[in-house]
Amino acid sequence: MNYDFDFAPVFARWPDLLSGAWVTLQLSFGAMAIGLVVAVLGVWGRTAGPKPLQWLIAAYVEIIRNTPFIVQIFFIFFGLPSLGIRFSPNAAALVALVINVTAYAIEILRAGIEAIPKGQTEAGTALAMSRLQIFRHVVFMPALRTVYPALTSQFIFLFLSTSVVSVISANDLTATGNDINAQTFASFEIYLVITVIYLVMSLGFSALFATIHRIAFSYPLSR
Amino acid sequence: MIREFGTGEITFILLAVRWTLVLSAIAFAGGAVGGLLVAMARISPNRWLAGSAMVFIRFFQGTPPLMQLFLVFFGITIFGIDVAPLTAAAIALTLHASAFLGEIWRGCIQAVPSGQTEASWALGLRYGMRMRHIVLPQAARIAVAPTVGFLVQLIKVTSLASIIGFVELTRAGQIINNATYEPFLVFGLVALVYFAICWPLSLVARRMERRFARIAAR
Repeated sequence: MNYDFDFAPVFARWPDLLSGAWVTLQLSFGAMAIGLVVAVLGVWGRTAGPKPLQWLIAAYVEIIRNTPFIVQIFFIFFGLPSLGIRFSPNAAALVALVINVTAYAIEILRAGIEAIPKGQTEAGTALAMSRLQIFRHVVFMPALRTVYPALTSQFIFLFLSTSVVSVISANDLTATGNDINAQTFASFEIYLVITVIYLVMSLGFSALFATIHRIAFSYPLSR
Repeated sequence: MIREFGTGEITFILLAVRWTLVLSAIAFAGGAVGGLLVAMARISPNRWLAGSAMVFIRFFQGTPPLMQLFLVFFGITIFGIDVAPLTAAAIALTLHASAFLGEIWRGCIQAVPSGQTEASWALGLRYGMRMRHIVLPQAARIAVAPTVGFLVQLIKVTSLASIIGFVELTRAGQIINNATYEPFLVFGLVALVYFAICWPLSLVARRMERRFARIAAR
């Protein structure tokens, strides 16, 4: 093997890599935040809505979870303009990520709510807790504790999936790498640096989420 | 010139499924072997072995699968070897599957009650016999549902091989879309085919998971 590693052209584009990473973070957090809100509505519709709505949401969840994200993003970016709905690449990326993560979040939240026994809220009423207190201490926090690990690993999964939006030339971290690659041809060096950036960020998220978990859910489970 | 989206185009897409299945099968078979090694290394008393298995798993769970594909694809060319997209994708996804299956199976092996291991010590069974006859068969039962669940994930991940130019289902869809410009029909069909493969597997995985939860609750 006589290959000269040349990282100089990669590090020369450090500002571009940073702004690419920033777009990746914006897409991840934006999609997760919007996705969670939509998912809460989705869970409500899935469990308490009229039957046809329940079926519709169930079908949506199954379709999204059983098809690749790249096909979903192609469908949205290339397909929807023929209906007159046009997106910039970044907007299409965000829409596709939201549609994708919402389906997973609906399943996670539903499992969390189902895990709370009805007797628990009744016990809260018996203890003369107000409705807000019951929601906060009896329903919301225990449900959050149940779904928290699944939601945070879903976020990291989402964060790693954002790299796929580079295929429609949204300007995320991976797409920035593609740009630099097209100009310098130092492919391996570029993608190695980018992989390390993703790795550092996802390990950082894991550590952050574990710390939050320790602080927020440290109260004892039983007695 | 824009072509019609006709039976020829549909056939082209449907035939490309075989490459999605071939790549999935290679990665799954390779990942099964690698995953067993990773799982055994991860629970080994040797700290170096356990540590390197841990680093291997963390790397593959903490980086985008697309970057894993790129690193293998461009990494091999460093050695001056021209690599076919299928080869690069097969290697990358085998490593990817090894890490994920390794971590899943480690959990399953450790879920086998420790009394089983202690009993086999009491019976004087050595490591190989204990693993082969006592621990692994019991771990395998727990492992079926999450393994099928991961297979669905793996089949979906093979779609990323389209980006390094491997003509499987997704790439075939892109090619036909570029020629016909019928994105709705083309990617709708492509999605439908993935769904037809993945959904039954998801249902099987979920049913087995429920049955196992019932048995465990008993």
